[in-house]
This record gives sequence, C-alpha cells and structure tokens, in this order.
Amino acid sequence: MSSDLVIDVSDVTKKFGDKTVVNGIGLQVRQGEIYGFLGPNGSGKTTFIRMLCGLLTPDAGSGTCLGYDVRTQQADIKRHVGYMTQKFSFYEDLSIRENLDFIARIYGVPGRHEAVEGSLKRLGLHQRSHQLAGQLSGGWKQRLALAACLIHTPRLLLLDEPTAGVDPKARREFWDEIHQLSAGGLTVLITTHYMDEAERCHQIAYLAYGNLLTRGTVAEVIASAKLSTWEITGPDLPALAMRLRGQPGLDEVVAFGNTLHVSSRDPVPAEQTLAPLRTGAHRCRSIPPGLEDVFISLMNTARDNFK
Amino acid sequence: MSRRFSLSRFWAIVLKEFIQMKRDRATFAMMVGIPLVQLLLFGYAINSDPKFLPTLIVDADGGPFARTLVQAMTHSEYFDVLDVTTEDGAARALKLGETQFVLNIPVDFTRRILRGERPAVLLEADATDPAATAPALAAINVIVQSAFARDLPGPLRPLNGSAGPVDFQVHRHYNPEGITQYNVVPGLMGVVLTMTMVVITALAITRERERGTMENLLATPVRPSEVMIGKILPYIIVGYVQVTLILLASRFLFHVPIIGNLALLYLVALLFIAANLAMGITFSTVAKNQLQAVQMAFFFFLPSLLLSGFMFPFRGMPEWAQVLGSALPLTHFLRVVRGVMLKGNGIAEIAPEVWPIALFMLVAMFVAVKRYRQTLD
Repeated sequence: MSSDLVIDVSDVTKKFGDKTVVNGIGLQVRQGEIYGFLGPNGSGKTTFIRMLCGLLTPDAGSGTCLGYDVRTQQADIKRHVGYMTQKFSFYEDLSIRENLDFIARIYGVPGRHEAVEGSLKRLGLHQRSHQLAGQLSGGWKQRLALAACLIHTPRLLLLDEPTAGVDPKARREFWDEIHQLSAGGLTVLITTHYMDEAERCHQIAYLAYGNLLTRGTVAEVIASAKLSTWEITGPDLPALAMRLRGQPGLDEVVAFGNTLHVSSRDPVPAEQTLAPLRTGAHRCRSIPPGLEDVFISLMNTARDNFK
Repeated sequence: MSRRFSLSRFWAIVLKEFIQMKRDRATFAMMVGIPLVQLLLFGYAINSDPKFLPTLIVDADGGPFARTLVQAMTHSEYFDVLDVTTEDGAARALKLGETQFVLNIPVDFTRRILRGERPAVLLEADATDPAATAPALAAINVIVQSAFARDLPGPLRPLNGSAGPVDFQVHRHYNPEGITQYNVVPGLMGVVLTMTMVVITALAITRERERGTMENLLATPVRPSEVMIGKILPYIIVGYVQVTLILLASRFLFHVPIIGNLALLYLVALLFIAANLAMGITFSTVAKNQLQAVQMAFFFFLPSLLLSGFMFPFRGMPEWAQVLGSALPLTHFLRVVRGVMLKGNGIAEIAPEVWPIALFMLVAMFVAVKRYRQTLD
C-alpha cells in the first residue's frame, strides 16, 4: 500500500529562530496525484516544499519522498525531483536553449541534445530558443521554468505558485499540461492562491500559520467544514454587510459581486439573524458553500487559534 | 553516484559561466581594460627616480668654479636651480619645503680648489621623502667629478685623482634597479590579477543568490566542488589573457628585459590566479549581497597593494607588517615575477615563494567549499 505513496511524511516541523514556520505537518501523496497546497502568504507552504526536495532539513518529524529519507538522502531526492521556485530562478542572461542545456547537463540527462530539442518543441518554445530568458514575458518564463523542471524526467514535480502573474489563457494551458503529466504517472504538488486551480487538483490541503487545517478532495474539504452559506441579493448591500458583520451566528459576510455571501458554522442562530431579511426588499437563499467560503472561514478560525 | 565529483556537471558550470561572461559585456571590457589602463597609468606615473628637484644655492665664493659646479648640477637634470640666496633665506625655504636641496659653497671655494685643498661643499637635502632625494644624492659625486674634469686648467688636472677636487659628503643609496619601470611593471602583473580576479569571483555566488538562481542550483544534484572549480576555470583563462597582455606591454612598451623562463612564469601565475579566485569565492560564500562582496574584495586588495612590497619596500616595513605581508599571495608572486623576469630565476630560486601561494590557495578553497551551503538551512 505504501509503495505507491510518493510523499509520505509525518510530524514535519521547521523553525527559524523561535518562529515555528511548519508545525508538525503530515502528508501522504499517491503517485499520479495532483495535490494542491493552499493557504495565506507566510503559511509555510514554501518551507514545506523546500523540505520535501532536500533544500531544507526538517527540525523534527520524519518521512520519505520518492522512497528516500527526507533527512538523510537529500542528494538522491534532488536527482528525481523537479522543483519550480516561486521566483523565476533560471539564468536571465542565458538563452532559452542554453538554460535547458545547462540543466540537462547538470542532471546528466542521457541523449541531452534530443532531450533539449524535444522539450523546446513540446512547450512551443522552439522558435524562440535563442531569445534570452530575461527578455521573456511572465507566461513564457513560466513555460521555460516548467520545461527546465521536466527535462530530467522527474518522478515528482514540486511547483511553488507557478501561475502567479500569468494570464488566464496561459494558466489554462499550464493546467492542461499538468493534467497530461499527471495522467502519465507524474506526481505533482502545487501551491496556489487561485480557487479555480484548487478545484483542478485531485486532493487539496489547506495550511495556515504552519498548521495543516484540512485536507482531502474539494468535496471532502467543503463537507468537513460543516459550513452553511446564504446568498443575499437586493439594494444597498454594502450597508447591509456592515450591519450583518458581528451579528450572532454569522461568521463571514463577504461581498461576491452583486451578492453577499454569509457563512456560518452554527446555522440555528444564523437563521434567526437572517430571518428579517426574508420579508424585506432583500432576497436570501441557502446555497452550497464554495471553496473560498470554506477557506476564508478556516483562515479566520486559524487566526483565532494560533495567534 | 552523485556523491562523487562529476566531470559533466562540472563542465556544465564551466560552459554556463563562459556564456554569462560573454553576455556581460561591461565586465568583460573591464577585465581586458583594467590591466591596460593600470599598466599605462602606473607604468608611466610611478617614478622613483625623480628629477628637476628644486635647489637653492648659497654662494659665498662667487668664483668661476662655483659657477662650474652649479652648471654641472643643472645639466644633470636632477637639480633645478631656483635662485642664489643667503644662508638664512635658504634655511627657511628648506624648512618650508619650498626647496629640496640647498648647496652651500664656502668662501674662497675657487681659490682653494686652485690650491688643491679639496674644499668641503655641503649639500643639504630635505630628506622627508628619502626616495625622492636618494637618486639625486647618489648622482652628485659623478656629476661634480665629470664637471671639473672638463673645466680644471691643465696644471691642476692631477687633482682629479681618486679623491677629486671637491669634498662632497653624500649618502650613497644602493639602487640595483635604476629604472623604475623594471620594478613596477612586473609588479603590476600581480596587482592587476589580485584586483580583477578577487572582485570578479567575489560576485560569483552572491550574484546567484541575489538573482534567485541559487535556490534552483541547490535543488539540483550539483556538488559544491563542481560549482567552485567550474566557476574558477573560466577566470583562470581570463587571468592568462591578462598575464599575456602585461608581458607584451612590458616587452614592447616599457622595454623591460625578460631574462627568465616564461613557461615557468605562466605556471606560477596559474597557481597565483587560482589562489586569488579561491579567495574571491570564499568572500562570495560569506557575503550577503554583491555590494558586500565587492567591499570584502577591496578589504583584501588594499593590504595586498600596500604590504606586498609593490608600493613600499618590503624590508622597510616593521616586522608585524612583514608577517602580515607574508601571508598574502601577492607578496610572494611579486618576488617570483621580478625574480623570473629580471634576474632569470629558475625553479630552485623561486620554490620558497611558490609553496606559500599554493598553501594559501588550498586553505581558501577549503574554506570556500566548506562555506558553500548545499541547503538553505
């Protein structure tokens, strides 16, 4: 059973000084899964990924990545992992081809020339192969970074906010590529802030302040939050939102375009608070909570618990 | 497998560094330009054989031989006779630094020469900067003797014997290399290499860290020694280009004799370049940003310049400074370059200077590899 677990770690902890950045996180990821990592900035996502790929040594906890010990076999892990950093980290003064060639040499890719050519073709970078990486737009840089991460045919892909600052079309193409890779058996761990991207993952985990708050499929995460959500439409919503915030039973009041989303973990008092709205100029109806409602609720709860 | 040094990974780093060097035109121009500019500047500007030094004459004689003496000194070009003045005025000018020398010609100078009494002439020198006066003082006796050799009337010629007609009290200064360039130009080879090599590699790792490419490099299986040596090799070639430029300039611009074996010089230069590069890489692993790295490089460069014997005579320094200077690779390389080029020294003669350079390189390289962190911890 554990043989198809690509990542299997438990109680992983990392401290910088007296600040606990990752606090006892356990995670199991099966081969071929796309695992989404979500959470506010500074929640420890990047630190956790760096521990998985051998860039950081955990202070506590244990486990394996690709079957190698994350504490002692970092050199072996590095050979089989493709890690795409949050910030573009290839050489801006090298051309696309030179960057790919460099990485291919570093990993000792067999048939290097063909590998570089194939990579250029597959990602549609062939015509621009002599362009300097520094002159590329955000979307193209991201494609190059992905191509470089894949050139040594890794068994695990770790992507740290790969789509930040990338336009929707490029993002969609990027995700299509990720799903193809996953279908081919590659395991992908990806961090993101985008809800639509979270919904494209097989499994998601939500981190805040170094703690893993919830994980599972999108449906499981939503269900486990036990959240009730109402959608309110009508006139003067900003004023209504002001009035509803802090009312008994209501945990979140968030503007969603021309509607208000009101969420509650305790539906009985919430229904009572919302009852007057059902008769006035406003319309109020119960809706299934979205992932974003769940995350905002989780984040606020986490803030109360860990700060 | 990946724990051992991998030639192909090392070669990947070398190729990458070459491409980046090629792209960074400004730095590349600097690496070729700096040696030339420094060579022309220092080669022509630094001169320890100053001429036309201001001189005052106190002539209590006024006879024809006094004039002969003053004329001879003027012709020598070492002395620039400003004025004939009184004893008091001359003393004050000397004190104020308005003149470098005061020549005191005694009463009856001419008459006493004719009598063969070898009158004493006092040449006072402002010796604040001994290097400035030494060559002129060294030359004065020859100047005087040759002047009187011409001007003494026939019957007095015998006065030109070994003692000469005039008694000059001058401090001779042994100066085996009379021409400054012979000393400065070979020395510049070491100075230029120290400066450019240390600065350039001091940036090597900090640049990767600042641009964020370090995280990526660390996530690959590349080993510290592969990165270090891979970054050093391209600059050894640059260093050889600099050595060649300086040797060509020495030969054809400054006409410095090259007596010794050039192959031997290139071999020691390899060691010296590697030592400086290793030092730079060490700085690079310690510095937090590129500015800090450059500052560290200059912190290393200044003592190298001042304590190595390039600027000031090594034996003139106090003992503690000599100890400090002996720890610097430039000190030893200067001796090797001057020894090989000017004295034709061979391996046996330079060996005592070679091993300290090698030791320095090994220590710096060891520290660099140790300091290079493979993780971000």
